[in-house]
Amino acid sequence: MTTPRILEVRQGLLKKNDMIAATLRAQYKTAGTFVVNLVSSPGTGKTLFLERTLAALRDRGYRPAALVGDLETDHDALRLARSGAPARQINTHGICHLEAEMVERHLVGWNLADFDFLFIENVGNLVCTSSYDLGEQLRVVLLSVTEGEDKPLKYPTLFNTADVGIITKADLAAACEFDPALAERNLHAVRPGLPLLIVSAKTGQGMTSWLDFLVDRRQQSNTAMLENRRESLARR
Amino acid sequence: MHELSLANRLVQMAEATAIEAGAQRVIAVTLRVGDLSGVAIDALRFAYDVATAGTRLEGSRLELRRVGVRVFCQFCQREVELPSVQSFRCPVCNTPSGDVRAGRELEIESLEVE
Repeated sequence: MTTPRILEVRQGLLKKNDMIAATLRAQYKTAGTFVVNLVSSPGTGKTLFLERTLAALRDRGYRPAALVGDLETDHDALRLARSGAPARQINTHGICHLEAEMVERHLVGWNLADFDFLFIENVGNLVCTSSYDLGEQLRVVLLSVTEGEDKPLKYPTLFNTADVGIITKADLAAACEFDPALAERNLHAVRPGLPLLIVSAKTGQGMTSWLDFLVDRRQQSNTAMLENRRESLARR
Repeated sequence: MHELSLANRLVQMAEATAIEAGAQRVIAVTLRVGDLSGVAIDALRFAYDVATAGTRLEGSRLELRRVGVRVFCQFCQREVELPSVQSFRCPVCNTPSGDVRAGRELEIESLEVE
């Protein structure tokens, strides 16, 4: 009979995911690929928004690609491929979120350096997706005008981790009596200073600002990387 | 509902630690759970019973230590605890702050083994 004793552990349950994410982040940076993780509830219009984003970036001369998470089907990857950009489906088979390991596995065979942007469309879920770092440089949360302005207050954990908020389906705003000022107030209550854009992928409203924002963020990220590289060279 | 996969990870990590320490059985697990960790406590407790069945953790207690959300307030120049996750404002001076310093934790603090 042994006596009970206490073992100190102090280890995060997500440690393994975080380690893979850190490796991915380093790979994205080396390749110069700007990686964007799109999170939202189901039905916010993520796929159409992404389809139009991919096509517009190609028109501007960039090379985007997409990974799209879904519980079972490959409908979304087929839709995204219509933009002409490489697109792959990640079937999670019932798992409600993407994990870094799934992303790593689905990148095999792709050369990241061939892509200026990589979009990862997460599974539609406002809870579980927030805990898993995919190594992205930008986490985008989408909120559609049909969902109501109080979603951020109901799911503060997810909205709090976002780097930019996109209000989608702006063409339906009037019909839904959507109050943009209230939505903004709620978003800023749980994530002070969050940059916000209002778009309609269907009519194209706000898409130019969104693309400018993306290109600008990618530029900032690459500049920061080059400066770091220059500094480390200077230190040698 | 990602609590079952978290509970499975917990069991893997706890079993590995117990085996390494030469312990036969885990009696209790103490887990630190932040208010911004995205974990539903009830779902985690349910998943824990499922995940521990047939392992060295079967029948063990799950002790949860809640970790409140703390942000750094630029105006007060110190960390403050938020009374609610619906409002990221300093409870003292009402300045908004998104500079989260605690509350995302999800970690095994310790195991009681024999």
